[in-house]
Amino acid sequence: MFRFLVRRVLGALVILLIISAVTFFLFYAIPRDPARMACGKVCPDDLLAQVRQNLGIADPMPVQYWHWLQAIFVGRDYVGVGHCDAPCFGYSFSNNVNVFDTIMERLPTTISLAIGGAFFFLLIGVGTGMLAALKQGKFLDKAASSFSLIGSSMQIYFVGYIAMFFLVSQLHLLDQPSYTPFTENPGAWFSGLLLPWLVLSIIFTANYTRMTRSQLVEQLSEDYVRTARAKGLSRSSVFFRFAWRGAMGPIVTIFGIDMGTLIGGAIITESTFSIQGLGALAVRSVDDSDLPMLLGVTMIAAAGIVFANIIVDAVYALIDPRIRLA
Amino acid sequence: MTSTDQQAFLSVRDLKVHFSTEDGIVKAVDGLSFDLEKGKTLGIVGESGSGKSVTNLTILGLHDRHRTAIDGEILLDGKELTTARESELEKLRGNKMAMIFQDALASLSPYHTIGKQIGETYRKHTGASKSEARKRAIEMLRRVGIPQPDMRVDDYPHQFSGGMRQRAMIAMALVCDPELLIADEPTTALDVTVQAQIMDLLKDLQQEFGTAIIFITHDLGVIADIADDVLVMYGGRCVERGTKEEVLRTPQHPYTVGLLSSMPSLDGPVDVPLSPIPGSPPSLLNPPSGCRFHPRCAFAEKVPGGLCSTERPLLKVEAGRGSACHLTLDQRQEFFADLAATRH
Repeated sequence: MFRFLVRRVLGALVILLIISAVTFFLFYAIPRDPARMACGKVCPDDLLAQVRQNLGIADPMPVQYWHWLQAIFVGRDYVGVGHCDAPCFGYSFSNNVNVFDTIMERLPTTISLAIGGAFFFLLIGVGTGMLAALKQGKFLDKAASSFSLIGSSMQIYFVGYIAMFFLVSQLHLLDQPSYTPFTENPGAWFSGLLLPWLVLSIIFTANYTRMTRSQLVEQLSEDYVRTARAKGLSRSSVFFRFAWRGAMGPIVTIFGIDMGTLIGGAIITESTFSIQGLGALAVRSVDDSDLPMLLGVTMIAAAGIVFANIIVDAVYALIDPRIRLA
Repeated sequence: MTSTDQQAFLSVRDLKVHFSTEDGIVKAVDGLSFDLEKGKTLGIVGESGSGKSVTNLTILGLHDRHRTAIDGEILLDGKELTTARESELEKLRGNKMAMIFQDALASLSPYHTIGKQIGETYRKHTGASKSEARKRAIEMLRRVGIPQPDMRVDDYPHQFSGGMRQRAMIAMALVCDPELLIADEPTTALDVTVQAQIMDLLKDLQQEFGTAIIFITHDLGVIADIADDVLVMYGGRCVERGTKEEVLRTPQHPYTVGLLSSMPSLDGPVDVPLSPIPGSPPSLLNPPSGCRFHPRCAFAEKVPGGLCSTERPLLKVEAGRGSACHLTLDQRQEFFADLAATRH
């Protein structure tokens, strides 16, 4: 297990390096000059050169990339701004804030959104999937299938606005979505995020319902489940200890991918509910051609997905002893 | 049926198992009767889809209850199983009656150690503690001939070889000393040497505990080795039954004759080609009329009036020996003697 983790983490770092390089060079493929945008409407050439120098984009591209990489490990000195401690992802082109600090400040919002949403969609999705598998072909199964089909056809910006209109504006059942740090006020944290969580879970639940149902139905017809029944084990123990154990693998896989994606920033969810997380930051940095911020957000999102995959593989090996980690 | 003093240990009476599928009703078992005494082995022979496995899954109550209609009686030690509640069956399964499945790799849970799978049956039925169950599992593994059982008890099925998995499967079935053991082609997937070891193992265990065994197979060689009585199934019905010697030496049904002549014989001349039964097993969704074997039967024309395709031949049993065929006994002696001659 230890060797597996070391190898995978090293591999993940290589992947992140490649992603950063690709993002960096793609940025320069866009015909936009961040220096001109930062400089203002009237910008003489000498001032433009100065701005370019200050932003750190006067050097050739590979040199800039090298500086960017270096800064992550040893920090970097900026003309007129001072030293930026490692891990340094530079300063925003558009408002000069420290990129790393900004991301760390936004991360709890995004993580809260992801974890709370995951709690609801796992609970509801897996729960209804199990019920549907137990009541195959009955009304409950058909109802669950229909709802999951409807749910998976929905979009956050559709369900989100409708839910906000009815539940918040009209019926005043839920609070206007907002983020309060958990450490500050757990109640406000909960009530402010409840609506986004529920809306996220409507969208995601469908996948888990269908996956859980189909996996369980498949496992329940496996020979080893029949053997468990032939041994005289009770239905519930056959269901949970045998069939569910076998069904878990693919569910863990999609859950890992979903969590990775959500930690990278639920862009649409955040903009629908005007919650200032990483997703919102990503959108703005693209709009502003804000290279350091864009790189920072991209790296966080990439790291989220890459590490979620490592965790999924490790969990997979815990579930299924046939899988050897190497 | 009224219970008599002579009630067999396992008694199946006119068992009918019908599944409803989207295409219609499948008559997987259509009126099957047999008796089995303790310490005896009944071999059930037939092609795939002849209803042998279904019969035995039904005895254990492992059929899909929502889709299956069952008619007839299954009496185990005087207890009616077809109408028993699930909770009652749970107490019997793995305890009084156990089953060995064909494909041990697929039939053992890949997620639990061998020891745990054996031990949990024991714990369920005896209320033993975890450590007692583990001890029992090691003892069982030793009994079925697994080397270093105290080490292998913590292995997973995928770490066992094919023969060892089948032994572990047997250990699991025998952990509560069942009185009825159903073995569903337990040696089909194994090579011949391992097959022989497994058969010896079953015979030893039977001698030791007086277990009644139902041995399902399509391999007549295996039947010759292990069975006391033989029941030949075709299309969900019993076509012939009798002792092993009777059925294998003097078969009375054309289907049994066909099975025997499609098997190579060591003492016969090597240049005589095998004669397979033409055609394929019948669809149980829409089975042939009359005798279900008549479309494939070489002797159907010998029966006057096309009786084979119109009327179901009844199984006439006398002293445990019987067959379901319209041919007269004289006819059979005449026709089947030729076949026997070509074989020997």
